[in-house]
Amino acid sequence: MVPISWYLMLAALLFAIGTVGALTRRNGISIFLSIELMLNAANLTLVAYSRQMGDHTGQLIVFFVMAVAAAEAAVGLALFIAVFRSRRTIDVNRLNLMRW
Amino acid sequence: METFIFLIFAALAVASSLVVVMHRSPVYATMSLVVTLFSVAVLFVLLGAPFLGALQILIYAGAIVVLFLFVIMLLNLQKASAEADRRRGQLWVALPGALIFVGMVGLVFLRAWRAGAPPLQPLTADLVSLKGLAAALFSDYLLPFEIVGLLLLVAVIGATVAARRAPDAVAGSGPLPREDFVGAGDEPRKEARS
Repeated sequence: MVPISWYLMLAALLFAIGTVGALTRRNGISIFLSIELMLNAANLTLVAYSRQMGDHTGQLIVFFVMAVAAAEAAVGLALFIAVFRSRRTIDVNRLNLMRW
Repeated sequence: METFIFLIFAALAVASSLVVVMHRSPVYATMSLVVTLFSVAVLFVLLGAPFLGALQILIYAGAIVVLFLFVIMLLNLQKASAEADRRRGQLWVALPGALIFVGMVGLVFLRAWRAGAPPLQPLTADLVSLKGLAAALFSDYLLPFEIVGLLLLVAVIGATVAARRAPDAVAGSGPLPREDFVGAGDEPRKEARS
């Protein structure tokens, strides 16, 4: 039997990798991929605790997180398409229209 | 045996997620994300959530990643990724921050592990089966379920509106004549725009 803390440790590692990706990439799509990675790490934590507690709730929250991730991906990618159409780039360093 | 499977797929998840973060080409990064998602799905099954594992593969690997690939190929990002895709200054902030985060979380889990973990609840049929999950979803969590359905509807409408080819989409210049808008980026299209 694998201890639950191993799963939690793995989830923390995946979350940290995703954070580094989201902070250091300049391509908008790559930032999105990193955010999906972080969401998955959080899901793994929730399922691990659900197993520890013997309770459904964690699994149900993962279910909702998946739906929200799907919605987020759809809207975000549509926004990137719209931005690319007018600016010809999705390099986040060059999208500074709202900078004051 | 279970430890063996866990170690294999944990290593696979970490390695492929590193590829997601490091690789220059968005297409390779997306394909590597599929490997990560599959590994996490296997870990879900190991944790006694086979339905979520199936859902992970169907929704994430089947729908979301395909959406990513479509957008990457639609925008032709290979060229954009050839130039430097790193923010050097932020790397020196993000990397120590991530290491400190992992170190702190690891320390907490190490101490908890040494102190002896609380006994694991037995894996009941109610926890694993789809029946138990559905019973809880459609009784206690009915309102969040409906709200998520509404959220998906709003997301579909929002995505359609955002990606629409509208005159207002040109940044900061208000409604333009159609001819100007065609020149502002897209290839001229012959068919009628609505």
